[in-house]
Amino acid sequence: MFDNVWLIPLFPLIGFLINGLFGKAIKEEKVIGGIGALAVLCSFAVACMTLFNIISLPVHERVHNVPVFTWIKSGTFQADVAFLIDPLSCVMLMVVTGVGFLIHVYSIGYMHGEEGFYRFFAYLNLFTFSMLLLVMGNNLLLMFVGWEGVGLCSYLLIGYYFHKKSAGDAGKKAFVMNRVGDFGFLLGVFTLYWWLGQNHGIWTIQFTELAKHAELFQGCTLLTVITLVFFVGATGKSAQIPLYTWLPDAMEGPTPVSALIHAATMVTAGVYMIGRMNFLYIQAPTTMMVVALIGGATALFAATIGTAQNDIKRVLAYSTVSQLGYMFLAMGVGAFAAGIFHLMTHAFFKACLFLGSGAVIHSMHHALHHCHSHDDAQDMRNMGGLKSKMPLTYGTFLIATIAIAGIPGFAGFFSKDEILWQAFANPHHGSLNILLWAFGACAALLTAFYMFRLVFMTFHGECRITPKAKDHLHESPMVIVFPLIVLAFLSVVGGYIGMPKILGELLGGIPNYFEHFLAPVFEFSEEFTKAHAHVAGHHSVALEWGLMGLSVLIAFVGIGIAFVLYVKDTTIPAKFTSAFPALHRAVYNKWYIDELYDFLFVNPCKALGNFLWKGFDVVVVDGIVNGVGSIVMGFSGILRYIQSGYVFNYAFSMTLGAVVIVAFYIFR
Amino acid sequence: MNQMPALLSIITFTPLIGVILLLFINKNNHSVLRGLTMVVTLIAFLASLPLVTGFQTNAEFQFVEMVPWIAAGPFQMNYHVGIDGISLWLVILTTFIMPIAVLSTWTAVEEKVKEYMICLLLLEVGMLGAFISIDLFLFYIFWEVMLIPMYFIIGIWGGKRKIYAAVKFFIYTMVGSLLMLVALIFLYFKAGAGDFNLLHFYQVALDPGTQTWLFLAFALAFAIKVPMFPLHTWLPDAHTEAPTAGSVILAAILLKMGTYGFVRFAMPLFPDATEKFTPLFATLSVIGIIYAALVAMVQEDVKKLVAYSSVAHLGFVMLGVFALNQQGVAGGLLQMLNHGVSTGALFLIVGFIYERRHTRLITDFGGLSKQMPIFATVFMIVTLSSIGLPGTNGFVGEFLVLLGAFESKLRWYTIIATSGVILSAVYMLWMFQRVMFGELNNPKNQTLKDLNAREIVIMVPLIIMIFVMGVYPTPFIDKMNPAIDRMIQLTKTKQAARLQQQMPAMLPQAAPMAAPPALEMK
Repeated sequence: MFDNVWLIPLFPLIGFLINGLFGKAIKEEKVIGGIGALAVLCSFAVACMTLFNIISLPVHERVHNVPVFTWIKSGTFQADVAFLIDPLSCVMLMVVTGVGFLIHVYSIGYMHGEEGFYRFFAYLNLFTFSMLLLVMGNNLLLMFVGWEGVGLCSYLLIGYYFHKKSAGDAGKKAFVMNRVGDFGFLLGVFTLYWWLGQNHGIWTIQFTELAKHAELFQGCTLLTVITLVFFVGATGKSAQIPLYTWLPDAMEGPTPVSALIHAATMVTAGVYMIGRMNFLYIQAPTTMMVVALIGGATALFAATIGTAQNDIKRVLAYSTVSQLGYMFLAMGVGAFAAGIFHLMTHAFFKACLFLGSGAVIHSMHHALHHCHSHDDAQDMRNMGGLKSKMPLTYGTFLIATIAIAGIPGFAGFFSKDEILWQAFANPHHGSLNILLWAFGACAALLTAFYMFRLVFMTFHGECRITPKAKDHLHESPMVIVFPLIVLAFLSVVGGYIGMPKILGELLGGIPNYFEHFLAPVFEFSEEFTKAHAHVAGHHSVALEWGLMGLSVLIAFVGIGIAFVLYVKDTTIPAKFTSAFPALHRAVYNKWYIDELYDFLFVNPCKALGNFLWKGFDVVVVDGIVNGVGSIVMGFSGILRYIQSGYVFNYAFSMTLGAVVIVAFYIFR
Repeated sequence: MNQMPALLSIITFTPLIGVILLLFINKNNHSVLRGLTMVVTLIAFLASLPLVTGFQTNAEFQFVEMVPWIAAGPFQMNYHVGIDGISLWLVILTTFIMPIAVLSTWTAVEEKVKEYMICLLLLEVGMLGAFISIDLFLFYIFWEVMLIPMYFIIGIWGGKRKIYAAVKFFIYTMVGSLLMLVALIFLYFKAGAGDFNLLHFYQVALDPGTQTWLFLAFALAFAIKVPMFPLHTWLPDAHTEAPTAGSVILAAILLKMGTYGFVRFAMPLFPDATEKFTPLFATLSVIGIIYAALVAMVQEDVKKLVAYSSVAHLGFVMLGVFALNQQGVAGGLLQMLNHGVSTGALFLIVGFIYERRHTRLITDFGGLSKQMPIFATVFMIVTLSSIGLPGTNGFVGEFLVLLGAFESKLRWYTIIATSGVILSAVYMLWMFQRVMFGELNNPKNQTLKDLNAREIVIMVPLIIMIFVMGVYPTPFIDKMNPAIDRMIQLTKTKQAARLQQQMPAMLPQAAPMAAPPALEMK
């Protein structure tokens, strides 16, 4: 039934090989783009079949391991190339191939005429391949292959415009920060494998095997360490505090890359990983607290930075960091299904937002280019009033913005509200819950604010672009607009499959399909929580309604503030800035975190390297060696008459020496 | 079963026949000299392939040849050769790299071509001989045979500071080898077995005190060759000054002599000393990994950077080997092969741009990707393999090393060593960025030509190996495994046996105070 799932990653791999090896010779953009998109479409088709197959099975038979071949085997250690098909990987498959396909289509239009068009599509397919390995791998090591593979593609695609120094820097930064996370991931694999093998004789890194023995970890003193180091990996990949600073810089890459890799798929890998190993996390309360706190803090912190950025993509980048924070918050409070649900809805609306911003930039770029203006095509201060020029882009963008802001009826509302409620009502963190909820709620306020600030600055008000360029602004071609429409549609309807319980009951008993579907994956955690919860969740329905109302109110307040500041009286922001210059500068400069990291890590490392090289290697070690050398040289000055420089002389003297030593032993 | 007789000798001495043929060729006839050398190395490579197909997956030495050789006084030296799973792949690596190395200097070396080719072929004889020797004295002879051609390759065909580098290389290596020779002869008398057969030495039980001194003498020779921190400073100089082929061979094969020496000789021969010094060598390995990475980061010369990266990679190998378990040693051996392929490839790449621009300073480059797209792709793949990206060869070895070391007593060392994966990404990608990315500003770089057919032919086999060993390392590991098991067993059993002997003696004393360290019990 699932024998053909290896086709899912295979198609993009073939696409990568064709475009990578022959793309330059093919030249024809339509063919190259077609191959790239078709490969992902084929994967999507197989993924759909897989999903239907899974659904058609009884609930408890929905986990399947599909081995392909043995990759590494040494002693007790074995890592296979084998795929895990279960509800969780199915959800991820749909997101990766579905949203991925739309972005491939969009890229055909967006990248039109770019130098290295084939390279772009080759990388994009390689990325899809790696991401599919990541979500389908049935063991930690194959997941790690995907994990590093997506990091590589991210590096290559961020640095796509490699002649720009900033792009190269950003790519390298992303890769290195991800590597810091990978360091944690690897340590996690080592510790987990060793602990389970050493103490229970079970040498495995396979997810289903680990899950089967989940209860053995109850007595594991190292579990906190294991889960924390894995979480370090997640903070790198998913851009959480303290390893988030690469993601905003990653906006140097072409916009479809930002949509696919840095919003919809790769950056969610950390969330997926925790979901995949939920049975370990749920048993490590300290780690759960750390995850929840980091998630909540990142959600809020990134949102504050998002309020002061002027680059349209940077706002969205900080927004992504913030939304990822929500997902980790969900994971940390044990609301795994809610976290994955937000992952999915976020993929819809954030991809839509990024692609929409891409359409705007594209249009701006052409217009500015036309009249030889050097204004920044991504700076929202140069935009304004684009609504009438690009109605379809505006419409879809607005829908996605409403979705992310958390207005009822749109996808983001359902998933975000579920997370906020769980943060408040979960049985894991006691009085800390209030703080976690407050983090989320404040971030929600800021989210609504900065997103509508973005919409108002870009699409409403006066058009601030040079009049000459204004006439060249136009709506994008269908190949770009079509994915926007599909994603906007999903940003609305995507939420209804995961209806919160109280809402579903109100609407006549609509179940939370999404949570039910994922339930088998999180079964152990559910049971564990029930058995170990300190306080049973005695929260009244009224409270839940109240909080839901509050979060809706918060969203409207945020929108309202944005409306006042950026539509009603546009002089206020400037006044505010001049009233609190230090605060504004700090926020605008991202709280100087990059500078802090340079000061703490980058510069000391370079200084240390220089010191070790010029101080230790050259002075100390070589000093000794050269000293010995010159003594020998001085000595050999006397002996130089026997040094002829011929090989046989050296060989002769060597043999002679050997004979002398041998003779010494024989005749002593 | 159908193991061809005398195959190892045929492979090993094919280059020597090549040397003899070269002697009869006019020294000005460069193309014939090059062509002949190329053919000879290719024949040696093709001849070595039946070793893989004919190799039986067990722990025994195979393709064994034994001929009495020198009988002088109390000395009996035999021409005794054979390979097991440990040396099999190193022999293949050597024959595989040699044609590539020869092809790489097709246009780079124009002076004294005849002597150069003779040196390369003699070097191959020495390296192959050292890997296949079972007789320890024979091993020593081949070990020294390697040294001299390499000395000349650096000293004659090297760069500006070639004499300094060559002498430094010579002194370092010679110091180690001489001590090893003394230890070897001492061991011979201690064992009293009547010959230099390694398998006999394996059976000898030595007291810990003797082991300590013998181990140190062997280990010094090998550690210099590896090279381990702080004995590594000859390497950057030797690499920078050596011509491309010299660097490739040095990195890909010669350095492996050191690690091979530990696995084959120093550790199984002196197990107690190995145990005693494991913390020291693990410490030096870890320092080497971090130290070399930090130093590599600030290098201005691409070739020096690659040389330092070698030190870091070999640090991983040593860590794995000293973990003394299946994964650690297998990872170490794999990493030896991987390093041969990847770092060999890196030196070739440096050679390509040096031939074009006659500089290796990072600041002289920038933006080459635009001008040389094929080169950029090749360079990128090799860089990623050096970083150890999953899917390439570098990952499998590095992962097994770290996993093995983590499972052994070296857990804390492993944690530090693992951070090396961050640093390797930093220095390699930073270098790559500065050389390949950015604006193509320098006018001298704007006319650079992309790789030519010969250069592509050189790189393709290496790139294929990078992926084959990364995606399907099973055949390599499977053939190694039995020999690794035996090596571990040899080392550990003797350790355990001695501990058992000592237990009764220790018991009476142990009661009143803490047990004295085992090694003071001699």
